[in-house]
Amino acid sequence: MQLNGRHRQPRRWLAPAALALVCGLYGTASRTDVLPEDRADALVTHYTGGGQDINGISFLVRKKIGDHVSVSYNHLVDIVSGASIDVRTSGASPYRETRNQDGLNAAILYGKTTYTVGFSHSKEPDYQSNTESFGISQSMFGDLTTVSMTYRRTWNDVYKMLCIMRDEAGACVEKEHDPAFGVKDMDERSYGVGLTQILTRNSILSANFEVITDQGWLSNPYRSIMYADPTSGSGFGLAAEVDPSTRTSNALGLDYKYYLPWKAALDLQYRFFSDTWHIRSHTAQIGYTQPWRNWTFDGSFRFYKQTQADFYSDLFTSANQQNFMSRNRELSAFNSYTVGAGATYEFHVPHAPWINKSTANFRVDHFMFDYKDFRDALLIDPTAHVFAGAEPLYTVQLNVMQLFLSVWY
Amino acid sequence: MRTARRLLGLAAASCLLCQLCGCSPIEPWVKPYERERLADPIMAFDRNPVSSAYMDHVFEVRAAARGGNGAAGGGCGCN
Repeated sequence: MQLNGRHRQPRRWLAPAALALVCGLYGTASRTDVLPEDRADALVTHYTGGGQDINGISFLVRKKIGDHVSVSYNHLVDIVSGASIDVRTSGASPYRETRNQDGLNAAILYGKTTYTVGFSHSKEPDYQSNTESFGISQSMFGDLTTVSMTYRRTWNDVYKMLCIMRDEAGACVEKEHDPAFGVKDMDERSYGVGLTQILTRNSILSANFEVITDQGWLSNPYRSIMYADPTSGSGFGLAAEVDPSTRTSNALGLDYKYYLPWKAALDLQYRFFSDTWHIRSHTAQIGYTQPWRNWTFDGSFRFYKQTQADFYSDLFTSANQQNFMSRNRELSAFNSYTVGAGATYEFHVPHAPWINKSTANFRVDHFMFDYKDFRDALLIDPTAHVFAGAEPLYTVQLNVMQLFLSVWY
Repeated sequence: MRTARRLLGLAAASCLLCQLCGCSPIEPWVKPYERERLADPIMAFDRNPVSSAYMDHVFEVRAAARGGNGAAGGGCGCN
């Protein structure tokens, strides 16, 4: 009986709601919206910290075709070298690998409705990823409100690399896919709804809710769990991590922007996240933008806090303590703080009248991670009476630098 | 019977609302000519899409949280 009642309830409101929605769309369908601006960006990045250096380049070109279509192409390359604490704990040597990503997106504008479609492909030696996305957004109520819906599907092939040749120093110089591991599949679906609302002549709010579901191989082939092993000299043993094969997460993000009286912008962001692995997180960010002559300066502070997954532990009691076990520090409880600053300089390009505007940009971000239950296993030293489970907690600081040029045409 | 009557009433009210909408669309409380400040590039949610896409990727591969910001991505880069 209750089930029948529940089923009737939505139906009662569905027809009027649909009619009201059609009414809203009809009432605003005669005006026109705008496509994104034509622009090109070239970005160089440098990431350092945690034993890794990652150098990257990225390009974006966006161009309108006629009055209704805008297409963009993005290419990026990341070159990773070094070894994170996970790699070093497992005893593996530093490595170097390259990730390439290409993406093609299109926006099609018809009246007040914008349709978006995109595809991207990312490839690195042990990870191949394809993403397709579709979206629709509709401006209404005199362009005060924009609602959007997005769907994204990502399917990945995961491999494990095996070192087949080392140099005299012990560094791996040639790798191949581990035939024993084979290839594992992972499928991800994302469903999002968004609302952008002009609140006043000085403020605007954006809200996005997204549900993401994963299925397949969700573990990391290189990450190991640690378990207590009194029989070994170090007091611990390593075994492959085992994550569940499904995961569903919900995220609600809010972004509020306010135009200050002295021509500056304040940006406040908040996101709540939860998933079926019982991880909860809060993200809060404050940003400030100040133009001055040809310059625009940005500053931001971001705070992030998360709880750990149900099956996470820094040190398990045995290699088969439970069915799912992980020591992935991204699934552990931690706080992180990010301080960022950037500067943009607008300049004129001589002898290029087709360029409307051009900027040179520099930005640096400093990350600090404080892990609550992830210990620095490299500091285990039984000879100094530092045993597994008693070593200091891991902390890491990272720096990200970005230098990029942008032109509008 | 009562449910059908209620449904009919709600549909009639919705039709009436539609007619009112058609006659007089909701008046925006911030007129188009009052949006000069909102149109300033410093008020854009994503002023530098290449930079923000890169930062989203950096955040996403180093934490469990994901989504809620309307961004799409791919790849791992997370060893």
